[in-house]
Amino acid sequence: MIEGKNIFKSFGDHLVLKDISVKFEKGKTNLIIGQSGSGKTVLMKCLIGLYEADKGQILFDDRNFSEMSFNERKSIRNELGMLFQGGALFDSMTVEDNVMFPLTMFTDQSKEEKIERVNFCLKWVNLENANKLFPSELSGGMIKRVAIARAISMNPQYLFCDEPNSGLDPQTAGVIDELIQRLTEEFNMTTVVNTHDMNSVIKIGDTISFIYKGELWWVGDKNQVLSSDNQELNDFVFATELTKRLKK
Amino acid sequence: MISRFGSYLLLMLKVFRKPDKWKVYKKQLILEIYHLGIESLGITAIISVFMGAVVAIQTAYNIDSPLIPLKMVGFTVRQSVILEFSPTIISLILAGKVGSRIASEIGTMRVTEQIDALEIMGINPPNYLIFPKITAAMLINPVLIILSMGFGLVGGYFVAATTQLFTTQDYLEGIRGWFEGYTIVYALIKTVVFAFIITSISGFEGFNVKGGAIEVGAASTRAVVWSSIMIILFNLILTQLLLS
Ligand SMILES: Nc1ncnc2c1ncn2[C@@H]1O[C@H](COP(=O)(O)OP(=O)(O)OP(=O)(O)O)[C@@H](O)[C@H]1O
Ligand SMILES: [Mg+2]
Repeated sequence: MIEGKNIFKSFGDHLVLKDISVKFEKGKTNLIIGQSGSGKTVLMKCLIGLYEADKGQILFDDRNFSEMSFNERKSIRNELGMLFQGGALFDSMTVEDNVMFPLTMFTDQSKEEKIERVNFCLKWVNLENANKLFPSELSGGMIKRVAIARAISMNPQYLFCDEPNSGLDPQTAGVIDELIQRLTEEFNMTTVVNTHDMNSVIKIGDTISFIYKGELWWVGDKNQVLSSDNQELNDFVFATELTKRLKK
Repeated sequence: MISRFGSYLLLMLKVFRKPDKWKVYKKQLILEIYHLGIESLGITAIISVFMGAVVAIQTAYNIDSPLIPLKMVGFTVRQSVILEFSPTIISLILAGKVGSRIASEIGTMRVTEQIDALEIMGINPPNYLIFPKITAAMLINPVLIILSMGFGLVGGYFVAATTQLFTTQDYLEGIRGWFEGYTIVYALIKTVVFAFIITSISGFEGFNVKGGAIEVGAASTRAVVWSSIMIILFNLILTQLLLS
């Protein structure tokens, strides 16, 4: 379980996160939703320590992450995988080397063991013959999938995904969502996903935290999100023509 | 300005740490020696030959008194190539070539979140990215500069061989006469310091990019400008310290 308690974060005098407390459960796909600019990415980056929160506590299964030094955090970081908004694959490395990279840095496995693990991860994301391609030779959906393979190569307990299906067609987006959900269940990970895609919300949202202008506005799950009477949440959920018509 | 210098120092503290894996570091070091050193050999050779030739011609034209032996041409070429042209001018050229390369490589990694990806894996990104580049340049640049000195002397020889200004015999005697080994030591100390300046400043500029492609370009320009200014400044300081 990952817990954030009373997190505040500002940039200059722009207060981005205001007293946010969240709980993300193990074996579940936990979504953070909200408008563009509401602070989802900042919250996620605070949770994993890419930004230091101004105030508040972050606990990974009761280990106090916020008070650890860079070296103490290493052990938690080795248990953590992250899928960045743009993939963040290393351009200078092939797909295989990208997925192998954490193994090379943090394990003493032999080359054969590493390749076996890489192929296992690539099979999970359905990219079995892409080992020797470079990131510049991949499509957007493939980049996301390689990034997922890299994120799970160390067998993480915690998986963070920042807008895993932004910029993808609805079908490919659905494939990525399913993949994240299956991984979460299969490996019993604590998964946190940032999204503003309503399809993902109603499909994979085991728990949903709605952030509105930097505040935690509503918490629930995929069954409650469509029937809430919270005005701001409804404005967000029923923003598109399609969802508006479906509501009628 | 002062706060920038402060964050430069803080970054250097993170750079000079034990690498996470020596095996990976060694691989990176060899790759960087190739990218920063071997790939700069061509331009170093061309510039050095022409530099040597020009110094030789200019010196020969300036000697009109029959009291000054033409051997002086070779001597002057050797002294100016060793003391100044090879270590300083070639380092300035490398600041342009290598500096912009490093700043844009690391800057691009910053704006595409590759540096964040390294960090959340538990890797120390300044150490992983910048340390191999600094050490590679400090190792390979002295080799480049020694070669540059050789090419400079060859440039002077071409002038002797192809013009009537002075004879090859004069020239060869000149470059061998009144030799002090310390001048080479002085040149190599300068080279190593300049290599550190180029790679650390460019690494710093790349690492601190915020924004997108335009900022990466701006950072790579700043990397070249600041490395060049610092090279010129430290050239003065080191010369004062080492030669007086
Ligand atoms: N490094 C930064 N420096 C200053 N302000 C920032 C920084 N990062 C984010 N912000 C600000 O914080 C606010 C929230 O940004 P954030 O990236 O978290 O939005 P988001 O909810 O992830 O949006 P999107 O859905 O578009 O990705 C924005 O107003 C943004 O301008
Ligand atoms: Mg975002």
